[in-house]
Amino acid sequence: MSAAASSSRAADGGWVPALRSGAPVLVAVGLGLLMHFAVQPAVGAFKARVLIDIGINIILAVSLTLVNGFTGQFSIGHAGFMALGGYAAGALSYYGSIRLFGSAAFNGGVVSWTASQGTFGGPWVGGGDVLFVAACLTGGLVAAGAGYLVGLPSLRLRGDYLAIVTLGFGEIVRVVLQSTPAQLSQAADVAAAPWPLLTLKLGGALGFIGLPFYTTLFWVYLVVGLTLAVAIRLKRSSYGRAFLAIREDEVAAEALGVHTTRYKVRAFVLAAFLAGVAGALYAHLIGSINAGELGFQKSFEVVIMVVLGGMGSVSGSTLAAIVLTLLPELLRSVTGTINTHLPREYELPDLRMIIYSLALILMMILRPQGFCGLREIWDWRIGRRRRPT
Amino acid sequence: MDTQPLDPLLKLTQTLLDGFAVGGMYALIALGYTMVYGILKFINFAHSDVFTLGAWVSWVLAVRVLRLDGVADAGGAPLWAVPIVLLGAMLACGTVGFLIERLAYKPLRAAPRLNVLITAIGVSLLLQNVGQLRVVFGPYPKSMPPLLPDVTLLHVAGVRVPVVDVLVIGLPLVLMLGLEWLIFRTRVGLAMRAVSYNPQTAALMGVNVNRVISFTFVLGSALAAAAGFLYALKYVGLKQPADTTWVMLGLKAFVAAVVGGIGNVRGAMLGGFAIGLLEFLGVAYLEPLYRDVYVFAVLILVLLFRPAGLLGRATVEKV
Repeated sequence: MSAAASSSRAADGGWVPALRSGAPVLVAVGLGLLMHFAVQPAVGAFKARVLIDIGINIILAVSLTLVNGFTGQFSIGHAGFMALGGYAAGALSYYGSIRLFGSAAFNGGVVSWTASQGTFGGPWVGGGDVLFVAACLTGGLVAAGAGYLVGLPSLRLRGDYLAIVTLGFGEIVRVVLQSTPAQLSQAADVAAAPWPLLTLKLGGALGFIGLPFYTTLFWVYLVVGLTLAVAIRLKRSSYGRAFLAIREDEVAAEALGVHTTRYKVRAFVLAAFLAGVAGALYAHLIGSINAGELGFQKSFEVVIMVVLGGMGSVSGSTLAAIVLTLLPELLRSVTGTINTHLPREYELPDLRMIIYSLALILMMILRPQGFCGLREIWDWRIGRRRRPT
Repeated sequence: MDTQPLDPLLKLTQTLLDGFAVGGMYALIALGYTMVYGILKFINFAHSDVFTLGAWVSWVLAVRVLRLDGVADAGGAPLWAVPIVLLGAMLACGTVGFLIERLAYKPLRAAPRLNVLITAIGVSLLLQNVGQLRVVFGPYPKSMPPLLPDVTLLHVAGVRVPVVDVLVIGLPLVLMLGLEWLIFRTRVGLAMRAVSYNPQTAALMGVNVNRVISFTFVLGSALAAAAGFLYALKYVGLKQPADTTWVMLGLKAFVAAVVGGIGNVRGAMLGGFAIGLLEFLGVAYLEPLYRDVYVFAVLILVLLFRPAGLLGRATVEKV
């Protein structure tokens, strides 16, 4: 967040245009390398895993902010895009690895290798990394295509109908992915089957398993940096102003010449792309993906992050993603300590969702715009307001 | 069920009966969605959880309060069990519906609709997760004892209709007739229709709008509780309160309300039966795995080609 912010402030400084537009990429790569080579050895494997979870949730929350915050629509099927991206990326990396390298084992370089797995003498970037990046992009593109298909007809709908359609979409994705045929595991079978057939064999209700592990802090925070840069720059661009105009008043925006449906679809497609990439990262983090875990509960979790953080605040939803990923860990240790003193009958359950739902209700009554509203955290610190909210 | 291929007529009759039975439940739930939408113009997301609550309260009343869990061996439950459990569930859910409106929705009466929708999602999550608590219903599935004897009451085209199915199909019809009378023949119904048409004008005419809204929530929640009771009677294995099954049932009921024309009471009844029949015809004659997909496909088609639903009137947004 701070890295992306500094990049855009540097961009205000009047550097050469090529460097200016390339700065976010450099910063994102720098952030990824920093997390991978400096932070990871310092914090250890468990905390690194939590940091990866935080990163994936930041990508999800910020991408949903584009739709639910900037554009003022209400999508509650974000996990559906995540699932689609994860399965598409998994299909490419799993079957691609078997075809290219003979097995679905890890075949990457240092950037995809975590120290906890032991020392590694391979190259910086391996052939598997190229495949992994291609898989992430494919996952994003498949999700974006689905976002276009869902968005085009349904974005003509008003708020609550759209919510139901996106929820229905997410559930349809889940049901369809869970009824796919069993996956192939023998290299000979994979080599014999044509690609179109392979993309259908996704493991069904058992989940798509045996994916190679590539997701590291480097890849996750590379995508986090890019996502934040895209979101912040978008908010300040003419595109972003069109999004915000739709959010404030759709009829007035249309009267001012904003093609509302086109812009809503664009927001939807971009958000779906990022969610698809997040799904790809998630699949290659745990080495499998199961659509059953990516139902509407996961979508609601992301919605809660966006709503609590601020509907339209990139830094706000980032902050909310961080807090809401850490909160369950914290709660688990607190209730765990209390439960050791209670008889089995009265043990406290997982209170996470009860706290979230109460927070959601109270936030709507007391501060409906969310923690940050439309503003960013640095708007306060510098003591200026970019636009009245 | 049977492994040998069914006689086509038998299969069709059985499918239609199942479709009608589930359709009646969908219709009862859809009525709650549509009445609230008609008056407050927002989707009460927590309504499906009130239905879940109805099913679970029925279980609590039957097993924990009336201690009927052994009746299957002891010659059946007493006759008064059904009305007591039904009325108890309706009363409990009516109270919860009243409280939800007072505590969560009333402070937001003037807020944008999106905020109310988010609140409704919050209430929905709260009900689900409070229900999961070990001191409430617990995080495990439970089994509902049979409150009605397993007697075949009549045969329709060779399909036996147990007494449970007669109740499951008959009770929604009775309740809907009652609701029809309430809304179109009584002063309360007149007030409800007036508030739905224009709350400001209705208030100026001396209608107590807040009381009408509360009444609508109580009524809708009680109907959802009746649906939950019937569901527990017919499908005795109750999933835990936060299970996806419940949410999908509630969503299909919502689809029924939209298909019928949201805000339209008769449309909700029609839509409920239409969705129930469609679902079971799809399961019987197409692919059973995709039973949820059919319903949402219909929703998307209806929203695309007839957004106001079968019986709804199209509205134009005024500036």
